[in-house]
Amino acid sequence: MITAMMASSYNAKEEDGHHSGAAGHGGAGADKSRKPDNTAFKQQRLPAWQPILTAGTVLPAFFVIGLIFIPIGIGLYVTSNNIKEFEIDYTGVDSKSECYACARNFSWNSTTPCTCSMNFTLEQPFESNVFMYYGLSNFYQNHRRYVKSRDDSQLNGDPTALKDPSKECEPYRTSEGLPIAPCGAIANSLFNDTLELHYVDSNGTKVEIPLVKKGIAWWTDKHVKFRNPNGNTNLTVAFQGTSKPVNWGKPVYELDPLDPENNGFINEDFIVWMRTAALPTFRKLYRIIQKKSSTTPTLPSGRYILSITYNYPVLSFDGRKRMILSTISWMGGKNPFLGIAYITVGSICFFLGVVLLIIHHKYDNRNTSADIPN
Amino acid sequence: MEQLHWVRFRCQQLWAANHTQGWYSPPRPVSDKYSPQRSAGKRRTVLARWGPHQDEYHSISKAYKGNAIRTTKYSLLTFIPMNLFQQFHRAANLYFLFLALLNWVPVVEAFQKEITMIPLVLVLTVIAIKDALEDYRRYVFDKKINHNTTKVYCTKERDYIDCCWKDVHVGDFVRLSCNEIIPADMLLLHSSDPRGLCYIETANLDGETNLKQREVVSKMEEMEFVPEDFHWRIECENPNNNLCRFRGYMENPSGARVGLHNSNLLLRSCIIRNSEAVVGIVVYAGHETKAMMNNSGPRYKRSLLERQLNTDVLWCVLLLIVMCLTAAIGHGIWLKQLKNPIFEVGEETSPALAGFYVFWTMIIVLQVLIPISLYVSIEIVKLGQIYFIHNDVDLYNEHTDSRIQCRALNITEDLGQVQYVFSDKTGTLTENKMVFRRCSVYGVEYPHYDNGRRLEVYSADKEEAGRCSLTPRSSSRRKSLSCRSLSCNHSSVSLNTLTADSEEEEELSCTSQCRPSALAKEVVPDCELVTKLSWLCAPDLNVAHSCAKASSSLELAFITDFFLTLAICNSVVVSSPAQSLNVLPQAQTPLRSLEEIKLMFQRFNLSALPALPTLPPPLKSSLASKIFTQGKTGSFTVPKLAAEGCDQTPNPEHFSVNGVMDAPGEEEVPKLMFPEAAASEDAGAVEPEDTVLYEAESPDEAALVYASRAYHMTLKARSADSLQVELPTGGTVQVPLLHVLPFDSNRKRMSVVVRHPLTGQVVVYTKGADSVLMDLTRSPTGLQLAQNVYSHIRLQTQKHLDSYAREGLRTLCIATKTLEEEEYEVWLKTQLLAESSIENREELLLRSAQALETNLTLLGATGILDRLQEEVSETIEALQRADVKVWILTGDKQETAINIAFACKLLCPSDQLLTANCEDKESCAVLVQDFLHRVTCYVPDDSGTGSPSTGSPSTGSPTTGSPSTGSPSTGPPSTGPPSTGPPSTGPPSTGPPSRAGSVLVIDGHTLDWALQPELQGDFLELSKHCKAVICCRSTPLQKSQVVRLVRDKLKVMTLAVGDGANDVSMIQVADVGVGISGQEGMQAVMSSDFAISRFKHLRKLLLVHGHWCYTRLANMILYFIYKNVMYVNLLFWYQFFCGFSGNVMTNAWVLILFNLIFTSVPPLIYGVLDQDTPVDVLMAHPEFYQRTRTSKDYVSLMFWLNILDAFYQSLVCFFIPYFAYRDSDIGELSFGSPINSSALFIILLHQVVESHTLTWIHGLVFLLSAGSYFAFVLLLSVFCVTCSPPTNPLGVETMQMSQPAFYLVCILTTVTALLPRLMFLALKNSVTVRGAEQWSHSPSVRGSCPDVEPTGPVLS
Repeated sequence: MITAMMASSYNAKEEDGHHSGAAGHGGAGADKSRKPDNTAFKQQRLPAWQPILTAGTVLPAFFVIGLIFIPIGIGLYVTSNNIKEFEIDYTGVDSKSECYACARNFSWNSTTPCTCSMNFTLEQPFESNVFMYYGLSNFYQNHRRYVKSRDDSQLNGDPTALKDPSKECEPYRTSEGLPIAPCGAIANSLFNDTLELHYVDSNGTKVEIPLVKKGIAWWTDKHVKFRNPNGNTNLTVAFQGTSKPVNWGKPVYELDPLDPENNGFINEDFIVWMRTAALPTFRKLYRIIQKKSSTTPTLPSGRYILSITYNYPVLSFDGRKRMILSTISWMGGKNPFLGIAYITVGSICFFLGVVLLIIHHKYDNRNTSADIPN
Repeated sequence: MEQLHWVRFRCQQLWAANHTQGWYSPPRPVSDKYSPQRSAGKRRTVLARWGPHQDEYHSISKAYKGNAIRTTKYSLLTFIPMNLFQQFHRAANLYFLFLALLNWVPVVEAFQKEITMIPLVLVLTVIAIKDALEDYRRYVFDKKINHNTTKVYCTKERDYIDCCWKDVHVGDFVRLSCNEIIPADMLLLHSSDPRGLCYIETANLDGETNLKQREVVSKMEEMEFVPEDFHWRIECENPNNNLCRFRGYMENPSGARVGLHNSNLLLRSCIIRNSEAVVGIVVYAGHETKAMMNNSGPRYKRSLLERQLNTDVLWCVLLLIVMCLTAAIGHGIWLKQLKNPIFEVGEETSPALAGFYVFWTMIIVLQVLIPISLYVSIEIVKLGQIYFIHNDVDLYNEHTDSRIQCRALNITEDLGQVQYVFSDKTGTLTENKMVFRRCSVYGVEYPHYDNGRRLEVYSADKEEAGRCSLTPRSSSRRKSLSCRSLSCNHSSVSLNTLTADSEEEEELSCTSQCRPSALAKEVVPDCELVTKLSWLCAPDLNVAHSCAKASSSLELAFITDFFLTLAICNSVVVSSPAQSLNVLPQAQTPLRSLEEIKLMFQRFNLSALPALPTLPPPLKSSLASKIFTQGKTGSFTVPKLAAEGCDQTPNPEHFSVNGVMDAPGEEEVPKLMFPEAAASEDAGAVEPEDTVLYEAESPDEAALVYASRAYHMTLKARSADSLQVELPTGGTVQVPLLHVLPFDSNRKRMSVVVRHPLTGQVVVYTKGADSVLMDLTRSPTGLQLAQNVYSHIRLQTQKHLDSYAREGLRTLCIATKTLEEEEYEVWLKTQLLAESSIENREELLLRSAQALETNLTLLGATGILDRLQEEVSETIEALQRADVKVWILTGDKQETAINIAFACKLLCPSDQLLTANCEDKESCAVLVQDFLHRVTCYVPDDSGTGSPSTGSPSTGSPTTGSPSTGSPSTGPPSTGPPSTGPPSTGPPSTGPPSRAGSVLVIDGHTLDWALQPELQGDFLELSKHCKAVICCRSTPLQKSQVVRLVRDKLKVMTLAVGDGANDVSMIQVADVGVGISGQEGMQAVMSSDFAISRFKHLRKLLLVHGHWCYTRLANMILYFIYKNVMYVNLLFWYQFFCGFSGNVMTNAWVLILFNLIFTSVPPLIYGVLDQDTPVDVLMAHPEFYQRTRTSKDYVSLMFWLNILDAFYQSLVCFFIPYFAYRDSDIGELSFGSPINSSALFIILLHQVVESHTLTWIHGLVFLLSAGSYFAFVLLLSVFCVTCSPPTNPLGVETMQMSQPAFYLVCILTTVTALLPRLMFLALKNSVTVRGAEQWSHSPSVRGSCPDVEPTGPVLS
């Protein structure tokens, strides 16, 4: 029996090492060499660029940056300077100001609006389309809790959110048992001054300047983000069962009763307000004064009257209200900073380039090759 | 601080748990692996499952685990809760959870609730998936294991039936055949081997491939084993993880007890070899087996860098708190100034309370400032680094087909910080392939010149072979596997059944390749010794007429006993491919009658000396030829031939050894050397004795056995109680083996107690370290003549030992002792008591052994050569140039250690050698002081020889033996190379002047004193001034003490490298433990952090990988922190413009994902792939290593510079857009958009600037990062109508990106932010010349020895 076992298990082939041996001896592993692959990746020999930053290699970059930045800066600066901008503060802090009285006697509940008007003169004519902004200062529209206090679903026309606004809207979520539409602190503090602009022509007559109130909001906001419940028809019915925000004088469906495309949640003034400003001093687009013809300036130089329906209180928090007229260019509104910054940085780069050049000449001429072949 | 450490530790532990590849969680600290576990009073009782005590069996065994293993952590049901529970033990997750929960507090809430959950959910999911995959893999593996089959006894069938492993229970009888894997820990009850032996291969357990002998429980082998009748009751200790210990006893119903010990236990997952069938009873099953309890996962250590990192994380915490406090106070003040603002939401809260709320809000907003995710990133980076280390082809060893193993996953960068390397000598610096080199018997030295010559030729040959033939080697290795199994198959076959000689030939050719190297086996005997041995066989007349009759007889007896000791005093396993010689051949026909041998032996019986037997039996003249008539292979009278003309004629005998060699390259040598003998090769080749192979646990044992075989004292077979030795005279005798007192590191010796086969006396043969044995040998009382002879022998032997050591040989002493019967009886009692006791068995055995090993008679000494590994000296030189101090800690003799140090160029001839050997503490203190004084004043002498020779300031009494010890010796002359070597003591006049240093050599005794608290300081101070320190004769404990001392007191990074079990403690203590997988098993490897196969690998591992890993990780950490600070500061600056209300100008999704996704991969790539210096420069200029270490990439200065830069960049990145968009109609998110984009550009380009190498992978990652960001924000701005409630990203990015101002702002911001760093780097690199060129221009100035001739002819 023993011999039989031996004979059966003994096999000349095994001699050659083809057979991997006994059970449990890790047969498969024994044949395969464990030698690591000699590939560039595994041996960390991938072709590599070795950026050795020395004066010699960096120096051209500095000059190039300088040479590019300075013209850009000059261009930007010139562009910015060509933009016409006019700004007038109508807060009424000063007792001499026309709006002083309105500012002092403010109350949300007053039914009769306080009006005041201010005169100003444009020294230079505004040629192209003029954008009319209202500006607020020290108004923290970016306060964390203020920013959160809105319900996007409600504004998107979601009927359930209309009736049951998000908790985020607290404490402007319900009023007298009814849900507020639109809810939240942002909507509640909607800027509600009305500004009108009159041109006083040479013979003293006031000509009202037509202010376009459509097209001031982003297209996406107007058409995608904000929607009235049940479409734009019969907003009164749609908003039934809701309450107006406490600070508002009129409900949301009466924001622009004349134009159903600009009423309710898709009112552009409202939409613009709802896009909260980044900084405590900000401006928001109010109206657009469109250029009428190519010959006459949009706003000729001369005297103007700004009529204000003063509804919005800012004095309590030391805020300011402004009206801004501005033309815009390809790079936005008037802002000389970018141009100056480009010129400055460009000059610094150029200067540093010169410094590096000196250093380069002084210290080494050896490190000219940036690429060491690996 | 402490807290954080704890948290970190905890975190690591859990990582460890997550990473556990193996089986057992939680991972236990490795340190207790080998420590005996106290389990007194707790025992386990095992009864046969089908035995008579059914009830009892069931009640007892209920508590025992079955053999099914389940290494999975979770099941399908418990996965989610358990995994979550596990994960929430981690600090990082807790931090995220805390933030998420904080966000649920309404007054504090910063983002929508879901968003703060993202990091948490993401991390949890990723890790959960990883855990699930791992667990599944384990599940599959478990299933495979559990369904292995084995044969288990079943009463119903009355036979052994196939059964799955998982169904094996404690108390089952399992029958295993050859080559089967043991399913559970079993007691061996029956073996087909008539002596009750069985062999197991423990490779699966500890990687050792030699066979271990296991024996049937005593008394069991006598009876026929019938499972039914097994009434014994087994008491043994509770399951523990100690592989080397098992204690218990078996008791039968009548109360008789049998002791159980480790050699009765078959361990799970070992393989049965050389035994046809064995039966055992399962005592531990499943998870309670020793194999399973020994499974621990990879090691986790905390690297130095991470410890430094923790401090910086604390700074980040501080920064966070400062920022949050600023916001809180700012908010309070801001709120106080406001009265009824229209934008105020909610009720009036007092400014203080509001500030308090804002504090917490800010913590949520600025959460990324604490780089918790950095820890995860570091882990990932280290995995990447390990991947590359693991795949380095330079660290691959073709011979063993092994790569480097990285067992510790998180200390890669410590490799770049090593300042002290503690190296073992044997097996680490040397090959640990022991070769018998020379010996001294009876005070006469036998230099074995031929043997030495052979070794030289061999090594030269081998080098050539090694260069050209890599494939044959690996193929031969593969063969070895099949051979192993074959040998087993043959084991059951008696030699007679093998008919075909050719088969046997093949067999031989196969095995000679796979068994211990041929080099170790073949020993060319020394002619003189052969001559003397031949007297043994010579006709009595020759001896009687020689003038020094008495002395020669005595000498002859010494020689015989000497070789007998070499042959039997060991634990080697004898095996043969053709026949298992562990089974004593029963059908043995002695060549001559026992009587004859006995008579012959009595002639030189040691006990009968010095008086010669008065009646030497007249030997027949035919005796001599008869003696050397060998089996079937015809006759030739070899020894005579050898004795006559040994100078010119080689000893043909050695061909009987040689003939089997057929490895390429080696084969030619003997033929060339001894051409005339080649003819007789055919005859000699098939001599049966050559088929004997030895497998020893330590290579020097094998070397000695092979040496004794060369002198025809051949160990033929071994069983538990007897040994079979073939004598030079040709006969084979049985040597009854009474006891084996195995080697241990305390006694440093091993002994066997045998009954002398011929005289019948009880004889102790001892083999051990000369330091202990020389003290134990005493001159036997007796005649004056004998006294003189013995003391002469001692003196001579000591002299020889010293010269061996100087040659770099490992020395062993051989001694013997004859016991009187009464004496033996007395000792036997204590020994049996010790053996059978369960408690304190080790101590009792030790004491018993020590009691026996006294008053020994010194027979002689051996010198074993252990050659240096390749490129050791280059590696040490490179390490020294890298300013890494190399210490050698060895158990070897001082002279050996010094010689090795010379050979590996740790020591130069010009070095000042400070040797410390003291007997007491005071002298040690004085000596150290003196050395210290000398070292500090020592001016290296350029001539190299002029090291001042000093008198002996030491008060230490000279140690016994060597007259030179005890006094500090300086300069190389005292330890100069052996006379046979080329003279190298002269000054190397031509070489460049090297920086000579001092080298401290300290021995174990002195080290003990120096390690005392009072002397530690001076010792360390001294060692700091020394180029290297060599500690010889040190115990494993001392090794670890030294490492610990240096590590703790000098606060340096230590690396210990070793290969044997005696290095384990040192490896564990050191910051970085490197194990060398060599000849001595896997214990060192198992406890190491990195396991390499050659010492030379250390060079690339440290100089290249260590350097890279360190700089990569350091830079990555700095970059990571920079990135976080930079980004978080943007949010912080915004607080000044939003009333410190905790608002952010970014969509919360973008904010969270910015760190988590968009910018998370670049740092990882940076940490894995960056190469600050190319590999060839690092290898050629080890100085870089030191530069990295001293310049420290990662120091507080760099940290703060980065923080500063981050602040600057964030200021630029925030305020340029701020001024550009100030007082415009910019919306919140529109304002954030250019800031985010430029931050992304800045962060990515910052890395481009910082990177030293950029590959396509970098490019791809940068593109993907930027691409993913823009894709995400654009998608958000196109599709997110109401998806991210308070913020309104719809249309923001599309609007912004359609405006040129956006790009203008981004470009300006990015350029401005990066300018200073670019400028700084350009200036730095221009002013400080790049190192590569610097080093390549200046020749190396440090460290290395000038090229001198290698010391010692044999060490090259």
